[in-house]
Amino acid sequence: MLAFILRRLGQAMLVIGAMVVIVFFGVNVIGDPVWMLISPEMDQNAIEATKVALGLDKPIWEQFIYFVGGALQGDMGRSFVHGEPAIKLILSRMPATMELALVALLMAVFIGLPLGVYAGLKPESRISKSIMAISILGFSLPTFWVGLMLIMFFSVMLGWLPATGRGDTVRVLGIETSLFSWNGWTYIALPALNLALLKISLVIRLARAGVREAALMDYVKFARAKGLSQTRIVGVHILKNIMIPIVTVLGLEFGSLVAFSVVTETIFAWPGMGKLLLEAIQRLDRPVIVAYVMVVVVLFVAINLIVDVMYSILDPRVRLTEARA
Amino acid sequence: MRTMIARWIGVATLGLGLATIPAMAQDLVVGLSAEPSSLDPHFHNLAPNNQLSAHIFGHLVMRAADQTLIPGLAESWRVVDPLTWEFRLRKGVTFHDGTPFTVDDVIATFERVPTVPRSPSNFSSYTRGRQITKIDDHTMRITTGVPSPLLPNDFTAVAIIPKGVKDATTEDFNARKTTNGTGPYRILDYVQGDRTVLERNDAWWGPKPHYKRVTLRVIRSEPSRVAALLAGDVDVIEAVPTTDVARLKADQRLSVFEATGSRLIYFKMEMNRSPAPFVTAKDGSRIDNPFLDRRVRLALSKAINREAIVARIMDGAARPAGQFVPDFIFGASPSLRPERFDLEGARKLLAEAGYPNGFRMTIFGPNGRYVNDTKVIEAIAQMFTRAGVDTAIETLPPANFFSRASQGADGWPEFGMYLTGWGSSTGEGSDPLRNIAASFDAANGFGQSNRSRYSNAKVDELLKKAIATMDDTERGKLLAETNNVAFADQAIVPIHFQVNIWAAKKGITVIPRVDEWTLLTGISKQ
Amino acid sequence: MTDIPLASSQINQGVPVIPKEETPFTRFRKAFVEDKVAVAGLILFSIIVALALLAPLITPQNPYDLRSVDIMDSRLSPGSKAGDGFTTWLGTDGVGRDLYSGILYGLRISLMVGALSGIIAASIGMAVGLTAAYAGGRVETILMRIVDLQLSLPAVLIALILVAALGKGVDKIIFALVVVQWAYYARTVRGTALVERRKEYVEAAQSLGLSNARVVFRHIMPNCLAPVIVIITVQTAHAIALEATLSFLGVGLPQTEPSLGVLIANGFQYMLSGKYWISFFPGLALLLTIVSINLMGDRIRDVLNPRLEK
Repeated sequence: MLAFILRRLGQAMLVIGAMVVIVFFGVNVIGDPVWMLISPEMDQNAIEATKVALGLDKPIWEQFIYFVGGALQGDMGRSFVHGEPAIKLILSRMPATMELALVALLMAVFIGLPLGVYAGLKPESRISKSIMAISILGFSLPTFWVGLMLIMFFSVMLGWLPATGRGDTVRVLGIETSLFSWNGWTYIALPALNLALLKISLVIRLARAGVREAALMDYVKFARAKGLSQTRIVGVHILKNIMIPIVTVLGLEFGSLVAFSVVTETIFAWPGMGKLLLEAIQRLDRPVIVAYVMVVVVLFVAINLIVDVMYSILDPRVRLTEARA
Repeated sequence: MRTMIARWIGVATLGLGLATIPAMAQDLVVGLSAEPSSLDPHFHNLAPNNQLSAHIFGHLVMRAADQTLIPGLAESWRVVDPLTWEFRLRKGVTFHDGTPFTVDDVIATFERVPTVPRSPSNFSSYTRGRQITKIDDHTMRITTGVPSPLLPNDFTAVAIIPKGVKDATTEDFNARKTTNGTGPYRILDYVQGDRTVLERNDAWWGPKPHYKRVTLRVIRSEPSRVAALLAGDVDVIEAVPTTDVARLKADQRLSVFEATGSRLIYFKMEMNRSPAPFVTAKDGSRIDNPFLDRRVRLALSKAINREAIVARIMDGAARPAGQFVPDFIFGASPSLRPERFDLEGARKLLAEAGYPNGFRMTIFGPNGRYVNDTKVIEAIAQMFTRAGVDTAIETLPPANFFSRASQGADGWPEFGMYLTGWGSSTGEGSDPLRNIAASFDAANGFGQSNRSRYSNAKVDELLKKAIATMDDTERGKLLAETNNVAFADQAIVPIHFQVNIWAAKKGITVIPRVDEWTLLTGISKQ
Repeated sequence: MTDIPLASSQINQGVPVIPKEETPFTRFRKAFVEDKVAVAGLILFSIIVALALLAPLITPQNPYDLRSVDIMDSRLSPGSKAGDGFTTWLGTDGVGRDLYSGILYGLRISLMVGALSGIIAASIGMAVGLTAAYAGGRVETILMRIVDLQLSLPAVLIALILVAALGKGVDKIIFALVVVQWAYYARTVRGTALVERRKEYVEAAQSLGLSNARVVFRHIMPNCLAPVIVIITVQTAHAIALEATLSFLGVGLPQTEPSLGVLIANGFQYMLSGKYWISFFPGLALLLTIVSINLMGDRIRDVLNPRLEK
């Protein structure tokens, strides 16, 4: 197990390296950051001074070598736009995004799973069909459109929830979070729901498909024949079996929740790193983009690792194969 | 069960009600459209930064809502000789920490401005070549290498810091260690990407602003910003999308404030190379650059129905433009009018210029940089196409657009014809002439944004004469004359000036500003 | 010439009629039509596709021809008369495009973008996922790390880089969507295939000496299809919505040849203004399309799934 994890971490370093190369040069393809940074009235001397100050006067490969040199000493570069260390900016915005993605994930599980299991157990019932029909809405409308609709309905028309922004934060274990105040929850409810909608639909569908299959399996039939209660059959035998695809998908989706928070955070003015990334992309703030990608890769690798470890726990038939490889 | 749910909803709404409870009478929440990149007033010459600096630090000279210059930390100024200005500073002004404000602070500020490390765009163009001599604590003389009639305008851009923080780093400012100014507000809290909380500085020298505690929240998405106002989360919003103005005006609970801005939206055409990029004959074959012919430029201008764009695309929130600055700005020409829509005239001119069948081109523009930019470009493509010039459009994200517009793969500006905008940052008319109409001379700071490489010796001569003329009346005439010459030659195709719009809850008044700034000193309650 | 009828008559006379062997397709068709909802989905989808294909014949305006679009007609409410004399039953958008015409033309692009990107991404994803799961070892490691790499790149960034490098266009957006989506399929298929490959039937197939390719594609793949079909129906729909999001962020399809997504993104700014039709009708068209795809997809999945056969 330990060897497996260590090997995975080694691979992660390679992934991060590859990613940095792609992103560093990719951003360069979009355009020259200088034109997004200067004020248009500046004369050539001032523009040159800016280029020199930010190291943009050198050829791109030289900038890259310089960056790698700094990175090896733990310096990921400073934001062109904010002048602060890029990693510091990302990390200061990360808690907001993490709590948003976490709440969205919980919504996906606690709303999606029961509905999906129900729809799978009674596929022909009217309620099940309604659940399936409504779940289509979750992924057929663009996030930004649904987001504004949520604001219109819950904030503007009903006046129940604040339209945008993040609530009061408190420091818990060194992390700023808004999840420990009622006020914080009123602010997070709409953006989290907006972010979760697609995942809720996905979980409903996966759970329904899984339950329908499992219900016909011999072991379930056997359990029924043995006279086990429906609750026990569903709760223990079926649920355990449908968890693998759901855990896989949710593990993946946590990452995509973080990635997709870009749109939700923009609509709801949520001060997370997705909004920071979008602004960085729009201004070609390369150090921030690179730092963001590095942070997210680390996160993904960690999640994938956890998912793979969970596989082996949920299904003993799957061994951590790479440990042998 | 039902009662339980009802109770639960009751509790929920009660709690939520508390969360959005209207703040105290002297509290204000403002929804802004863009956020400052730093609290360091000399780090980044960017509108949101300068706007915030104006609240915390203050400037020697200020611009009124209509862009006329008014005294700030300087009480008065005068020309001693063409190379010397004298400024008398306001007495009895203190910084937020109580230290008195003197000439030494101005000198310290000017020393810091060019030295801010890693500044993406610093303010040194406003301070360079300007030597300050202290006469006494509240009088200073500034000597300039060349006659500088615009020096007071430049001083509206330089925020004054106390001499004690001359060596402070940008991070010190961002950490609020050194955000000590003379401005009408002091900073209480700053959460990057989320909000800035300001508290009124009751010791400020000017008339006391109405609101004691102000939260500035950045809501970049336009409909969300409007929704936040409709939901009551914020009291005032800036940059109201034109599509929603009618609805907000009709809403009894809200007021809308508008002012014609100085931001010109216009088209530029390649005027240096032939053939022009992205311009071909209708069959795709090569043609010489048609924009080199003044008649073609005029024809394109005539083909544009500006009134229709203002009415149908901008929802009335724009003014048709015929020159670089609106007529109320210093330096505008009184005789220039927006070109009248004349489709037949446009076709005739094209035929005269040798294009009876028109030609084909792709026009470019940024998406999301200017108000309704994509729709404006699309509407104009319709109009050009009707005049016989088959026009395709390509709108690009600003990051991509400005980079390619300035410098394509071959080092030249890449687009043949494209839409962009210019807001005069000095609040007067020489700024756009100098940056857009003057011949490209990067080393001396002329034609810096003249990507079309338009060049007219007469324009250059008049402009250079104007910006060295100390007498205001004389300079105004020269600038107007420069405008006349440039537009007789169709240097650019102007479309319209944007109208700046604010909306607020009923009872709150916002003084609408020409320069798009939202200043708390201009927001009050009746 | 005479042999055949003779032979058949012999059979007919000799033994009782054996029911003709059903082709898989007939069996599939029969099972599919059992579900009335799925049939309704099929009909709806056929109508939508027909409308999209026939768009040039049944619309009053070619929305791609700037000569026929006039801003003087902008934001007309549904049922108004446009300048050219026709009635705009669904109103016009912000630049005067007839929404009915725009939606039908936009459907063509959106359907193509959704279907092509979904199919290509699913094919690549399945190939990678199956190879990784079956081959194991170093191959699996390398493939799955590439998947990780892909999944952690923000879609917006990829799209922006691609648009900057390649320019705007339908083919580019399909490419971008494939790049964004394939890894999801790969990861899911691998997860399922890992379980499958340790089942007895695979061992049995291997011990029979079947080739690797045959084991993977004939035996493992069909058993991994259920989750793939779930994802493909969700993801095809999602691809269309994603394209709208990219347009919303300014990196989608060209403005003058709008897809449904572009129409919705353009209508976004009118949502609070009371001019509901500009975003409502394109949204409704998108919704109907996606609902019809999913009604069919649900049934196809149930029918194809070997384990649900009774």
